[in-house]
Amino acid sequence: MAKLSLDDLRKLRDEKRQALEMRETENKTVQIIVGMGTSGIAAGAKQTLSAFVNYLQEYNLTNVSLRQTGSIGLDHAEPVVEVRMTGMPNIIYGKVDTGVAKQIIERHILGKELVDEHVFDRPAPDIVEGV
Amino acid sequence: MAFNHYLLVCGGTGCESANADKIYKNLRASAEAHGVGESCQIVKTGCFGFCEKGPIVKVLPEENFYVEVKPEDAEEIISEQIVKGRSVDRLQYKEKGKEASGIENIGFYQKQVRVVLRNCGFINPEDITEYIARDGYAALGKVLTEMTPHDVIEELKKSGLRGRGGAGFPTWRKWMFTAEVKDADQKYVVCNADEGDPGAYMDRSILEGDPHSVLEAMAIAGFTCGADKGFIYIRAEYPLAINRLKIAIEQAKEMGLLGDNILGTDFNFDIEIRLGAGAFVCGEETALLASIEGERGMPKPRPPFPATKGLWGKPTVINNVETWANIPVIITKGGDWFGSIGTATSKGTKVFALTGKINNSGLVEVPMGTPLRDIVYNIGGGIPDGKKFKAVQTGGPSGGVITADNIDVPIDFEHLQELGSIMGSGGMIVMDEDDCIVDVAKFYLEFTVEESCGKCAPCRVGGRKLYNILDKITKGKGTMEDLEKIKSIGNAMKKASLCGLGQTAPNPALSSMHYFYDEYLAHIKDQTCPSGVCKDLVKFTISEEKCIGCTLCARKCPVNCIAGERKALHVIDQEKCIKCGECFNACKFGAVLRA
Repeated sequence: MAKLSLDDLRKLRDEKRQALEMRETENKTVQIIVGMGTSGIAAGAKQTLSAFVNYLQEYNLTNVSLRQTGSIGLDHAEPVVEVRMTGMPNIIYGKVDTGVAKQIIERHILGKELVDEHVFDRPAPDIVEGV
Repeated sequence: MAFNHYLLVCGGTGCESANADKIYKNLRASAEAHGVGESCQIVKTGCFGFCEKGPIVKVLPEENFYVEVKPEDAEEIISEQIVKGRSVDRLQYKEKGKEASGIENIGFYQKQVRVVLRNCGFINPEDITEYIARDGYAALGKVLTEMTPHDVIEELKKSGLRGRGGAGFPTWRKWMFTAEVKDADQKYVVCNADEGDPGAYMDRSILEGDPHSVLEAMAIAGFTCGADKGFIYIRAEYPLAINRLKIAIEQAKEMGLLGDNILGTDFNFDIEIRLGAGAFVCGEETALLASIEGERGMPKPRPPFPATKGLWGKPTVINNVETWANIPVIITKGGDWFGSIGTATSKGTKVFALTGKINNSGLVEVPMGTPLRDIVYNIGGGIPDGKKFKAVQTGGPSGGVITADNIDVPIDFEHLQELGSIMGSGGMIVMDEDDCIVDVAKFYLEFTVEESCGKCAPCRVGGRKLYNILDKITKGKGTMEDLEKIKSIGNAMKKASLCGLGQTAPNPALSSMHYFYDEYLAHIKDQTCPSGVCKDLVKFTISEEKCIGCTLCARKCPVNCIAGERKALHVIDQEKCIKCGECFNACKFGAVLRA
């Protein structure tokens, strides 16, 4: 590796910082939770998840924590993704493919508007209670 | 490539010795097998500090904190957590029945403030770019381009940082003394990594978990004081720390953060590692310098201090590992920020190695001034098996005891000194009611007698004498005059010994005698050891009334010296008894008596 100047050092720091901030647990104001049950995975949740990973990096969103969870019971709508952030209701989106993932980032998280065509209701109250 | 999961595997010496490396490899292999090797990053980090429950694997972003992980658990972590997103509950750390998933919910971490250990357990210590991403070498950059040596010293002065190696000497003054020497053709910077106190391992963990912070700080000192050469003196018993230091130095040189023309400026600084053979006295700065020079490790009278006449007679800044690790943050965040943590005279945080009779042994970092109670009960989780807290030994063989009466005293340099102990390097050994205070004092003296270099008589002869007296007392042959002798020899050693080793060697005896005078008296006058540790003073007998003849004690006895039929009184053969106390602990009816 070439020797660094101070500017190189700062550039390298900024490049690497985002990758490390993904590990950081504080200051995460937005949560994206991808349902990764068997049916979710069969419906393409893995692709959805990696799409989110790539978009988060592309849009340089360091305040978003991307998590996985098991099936939340909305099997007909898999892959299912829940988005929680301040200033917006907690929303569950259904049939989230890579294209919808991009819309969620652009419209829901950045634009603060719902991606109407993919909103599914909150899960039944008896499921919520156990959460 | 971005990752959607991060697995942080503890790579400190404690966890390494408990198979952490195998866990790391198994995680890798399982991840590849499940086709998720690309999307999850598995990092071996430095010590998390929670050594009691190691090996530790932390999974992000879920923040699952898995403890006591075994290599065969790796497969389940990958297949459940990473592939399916379900946590592996059986491995989660549980606190008093409830589950604490996130690290912030664990009592052990809640009261801690991590300044020195900021990167330990978070970054991969073998990857310099992760250190850089956490503002690493930014302090060095700032110093080289925006600050004068005078500015650096002023910033340190504002921070109030004091040496973490023992005596607590203000760091800025040390640096100033060396910086002020104008006519020297060569100056040196030295890192004291000769950590020798029994039970202390914070320096090792810093070097293993965040080696670059020490390198960066040494370069800053080099610029400030006008030195272009640094040495790290580390004991050869720390192979992992040495290895990571070597990697770190190599990487820093490659990137031009060490070597010639650092960051494109005309500042040059180089660091070499020197291995010590593990002599305790070499932690003393003048002995350490002698050892680097290739001489026998023996202290020299001070003054002259190393700051003006150190390595090969040249001005030398020498600081302990933990002190160094504080420097980069002070420069980046400012002296005022650092000064806002801690007490009026003791600033910042202190890392303690909590060991002994404590539920959560490990490394803890707390603001100066935190009461001992917080450390023992809230962080340490109290004493195991419902036993009673007796005392804490701070400062290792150079320190003294803090008793239950003083458990609410804020821990800082001044308060510890008032209590007759010292901060030392930060070892904290917790004792419970089963520990005999005379025996503990004897243990430390045995250590210092063994480690005394023998150069000066007060330490060489006095230490041996003190040990002999304590040995006599534990054998029931002590007299009241012996107690007076301990005081007079101890005080003479304090005044007349050449270096810190001898000056502080009598501390454990003096301090324990001060706080547990009754226990010393019991050994001398009543010929008993209240904790039942001193074998010559203990006698086990079986009570005729209470014994029901269950034979349990006889079966437990390792030397088969208990005789008796079923449902008949048992008898201990005093000739053969080795006084191990197994029968005493085993009896469910309180029939075995200890006197």
